[in-house]
Amino acid sequence: MRLEASGIKVWLKRRAVLNGLDLAADRGQLTAVIGANGAGKTTLLRVLAGLLPAAAGEGRLDGRALAAWPRPQLARTLAYLPQERTIHWALSARSVVALGRLPHRALGQGESAADRAAIARAITTMDIGHLAERPVSDMSGGEKARVLMARALAQEPRVLIADEPAAGLDPAHQLALFRHFVTFATSGRTVLVALHDLSLAARFCHKIVLVHAGRALAAGPPEEVLTPPQLAAAYGIAAEYRTIDGLPVVLPFDVLP
Amino acid sequence: MSGRGGGTPWHLFALLAAAAGLAFALSLAIGASGFGFKPAGDAGALIFWEIRLPRAVLGTLVGATLGLSGAALQGYLRNPLAEPSLIGVSGGAALGAVLAIHLGLSQVLPLALPVGGLLGAAAALIAVAALAGLRGGPITLILAGLAVSATTTAAISLALNLSPNPFAAIEMVYWMMGSLADRSLTQVWLGAPLMLAGIGVLLLLGRALDALSLGEDAAVSLGIDAKRTRLALIAGIALSVGAATAITGVIGFVGLLVPHALRPWLGHRPGLLLPASLLGGAILVTAADIALRLLEPWADVRIGVFTALFGAPFFLWLVLKTRSELAP
Repeated sequence: MRLEASGIKVWLKRRAVLNGLDLAADRGQLTAVIGANGAGKTTLLRVLAGLLPAAAGEGRLDGRALAAWPRPQLARTLAYLPQERTIHWALSARSVVALGRLPHRALGQGESAADRAAIARAITTMDIGHLAERPVSDMSGGEKARVLMARALAQEPRVLIADEPAAGLDPAHQLALFRHFVTFATSGRTVLVALHDLSLAARFCHKIVLVHAGRALAAGPPEEVLTPPQLAAAYGIAAEYRTIDGLPVVLPFDVLP
Repeated sequence: MSGRGGGTPWHLFALLAAAAGLAFALSLAIGASGFGFKPAGDAGALIFWEIRLPRAVLGTLVGATLGLSGAALQGYLRNPLAEPSLIGVSGGAALGAVLAIHLGLSQVLPLALPVGGLLGAAAALIAVAALAGLRGGPITLILAGLAVSATTTAAISLALNLSPNPFAAIEMVYWMMGSLADRSLTQVWLGAPLMLAGIGVLLLLGRALDALSLGEDAAVSLGIDAKRTRLALIAGIALSVGAATAITGVIGFVGLLVPHALRPWLGHRPGLLLPASLLGGAILVTAADIALRLLEPWADVRIGVFTALFGAPFFLWLVLKTRSELAP
């Protein structure tokens, strides 16, 4: 399914956070939204998850305006993983993952065999089997992040939107997570992530959208977007795009005056 | 702890339901005129139908209402220290009843107190709903509830201050302490449908409260309608707690204590906590009422005072425990 934004404008507290932003995330691809703090990444993702109405322009999923999707159907199609990682009660990891099945269950209906299978798959994929019965209140930030990611996977969405899913993960789990995003995307799903790690973006993402001042400054494959002039314009940094043994690396080495 | 897995802990629900049934039966059987379902004497049948039955039914219903409302509000606000009186409806009910006494209506009309209480609760509901609105997070609801509670407290103080005679003042104070005694079946008929309606609305909130454990954005993305949830929560608590308070006066701490005590046994899942707290509240209030009848020197102690007496130390312990959990 194709997820699109066209000419999106959003005002929050009298400030234009998004100012005519265009974006397209395609089926089978991992698309990253990058940009400086306050550039509007989270706002954009919330609009595309159908959580925030746009003042102008519209978000479309599968050619249909997000606002026209009935909420229960959207919940079965699209999963959204917020940046906020608070889990309010001392739920077990398994209980949290099971929440991903809510959109697939009718009122008053217990877990079906399909629900249990999806939960077990998500737990295995995110490598949290050993944590399943532990309360999330006892977990580290990185462990919680994996539990929440497993919740989104258990939802079995065709479109996954994740806001800074790699933040707080150790390098091994970051790599594992992005490998998984790639597998998930190439199996016919649409994945859109907001990111700060430019090397991760360069290495794993099929497409990068660079957001600056509420607009898409550039969009395309990593090597076209992560160029020194564009990184200088968006982040105010001097950075180099290199390849080490064929793998792309983006190295920020100075803040521009 | 049980209930950490995916399933519903049916054994716990069976145990709670059996205990609630037993408490109800004991409440029917225990009283000043002897143990059993047929109290001695010519007035035996009358005592059973007119005194014990309303008291047992009210204890179960009001307890269920308070336990469930507490669990629902704590789940919605994602705060274990919330209590149903927080949204101001019980304050409104108390004010309505106090005004009925103040204006002398309770001398003239037998149902003036509960009807006054219901009207007060309805007014408080409208005020809270208008102030808190259908959008916005937990904080706006807490603030709106606080504002309404503060207003009703001030108005009750004024009514006491200007009470026409000392007897009216005493009647107001006693009424506010909360009691299950001396309520007629008519009062039960007046309050029960509203309490049951509120209970029904609140019991439907399980999924939404489960999803809200992950925050409002995640809950909405899981298909929860945030506005409808907020409306159902406010309306459900207002109907059930408003009606309960209008009939029995203020019975505190049940809504705080019951969900908190049961939460660990349900793997902290807010949805499952709803039916469990319904049963737990019914058990607690009925048991407290029976205890008051059995403890001879306590016979004149109001149940609201009794629950507060035991609830306050519990609250203290809760604060200390929260503090030690938050400490580095």
